[in-house]
Amino acid sequence: MATKKMLYLNRRAPYGSVYALESLEVVLIGAAFEQDVSLAFIDDGVFQLLKGQNTAAVGMKNFSPTYKALGDYDVRKIFVEKESLDARGLNRDDLLDLTYEDENEGYAEKDSIQVVSRADMAGIIEQNDVVFSF
Amino acid sequence: MSVLHTVNKSPFERNGLESCLRYVKKGSSVLLIEDGVFGALAGSTTSTAVKGAMANVAVYALEADVLARGIKGKLLDGVKLVDYAGFVDLVTQHDTTSAWL
Amino acid sequence: MSSIEVAGKMMETDEEGYLLNLAEWTEDAAKVLAAAENVNMTDAHWEVINFLREYYDEYQIAPAVRVLTKAIGKKLGPEKGNSKYLYELFPYGPAKQACKIAGLPKPTGCV
Repeated sequence: MATKKMLYLNRRAPYGSVYALESLEVVLIGAAFEQDVSLAFIDDGVFQLLKGQNTAAVGMKNFSPTYKALGDYDVRKIFVEKESLDARGLNRDDLLDLTYEDENEGYAEKDSIQVVSRADMAGIIEQNDVVFSF
Repeated sequence: MSVLHTVNKSPFERNGLESCLRYVKKGSSVLLIEDGVFGALAGSTTSTAVKGAMANVAVYALEADVLARGIKGKLLDGVKLVDYAGFVDLVTQHDTTSAWL
Repeated sequence: MSSIEVAGKMMETDEEGYLLNLAEWTEDAAKVLAAAENVNMTDAHWEVINFLREYYDEYQIAPAVRVLTKAIGKKLGPEKGNSKYLYELFPYGPAKQACKIAGLPKPTGCV
């Protein structure tokens, strides 16, 4: 199977609908197939990556810690749109620390998240062979 | 007649909050629940409208939904947090409830 | 709905034998679950089971085999971080069988 560039495009907040959790599960399952995977977070999708989520009182599973496992699954390109953060009064510091280990540089820990402009995000969407929308 | 307006959708995705704020009258209250709690964020594209509304009406947010989304420290000043019992109290304190879905 | 009996207490499982409530898990439950899988628990087995429980605690998922193998290698050494070692301990698949004994849900991405 030829490697394809696959982008998971996330536009929904967690908990209010099932899209965010479904997307994350598909990413984890898809990671078994060793494709070139990127994740993009735009619009309300940026809320998925907020630190400090605590779902105890709503009786739902807090799946935000699972994003931290993405590095183990070789998902290393996580793009977050700056304009979407700005519109919501958020910035990079409000997001989870997501890292991966670079085997080419002595397993150094590197940031998976890149905050990019809307123009760059348009380019990222264009560069992929397949876009999965959630 | 006082009305409790509930909003449960993100203001960045649906116009329920925006629409609601056009219909609130003095003495009414707005309660943000589920993804509607994002309407209480400070420094966002909707916060000016919500601040403006707070001159006339009280704005509440359901604390459980705020905590789930990790935004407790990012809310507009003056937004009051309520628990589920507080939600029920608000319903009983108003003459009617209007849900903006 | 099925269930298992652990020290006089009934614990519910799904139709494949995974515990429904992972908070109920105890070491005794692991022994009962292991016996049903014909796995004789040794220190080497417990090491993997404990690793899985810690992984779940931190990330809220049961890792896929590939991820488990890599992570075990990193934590416990390369002689343990390979599928031969893990399949010897858990012949029907380390992720599937070990997760069941650890009281975790079936791994996401378990194909």
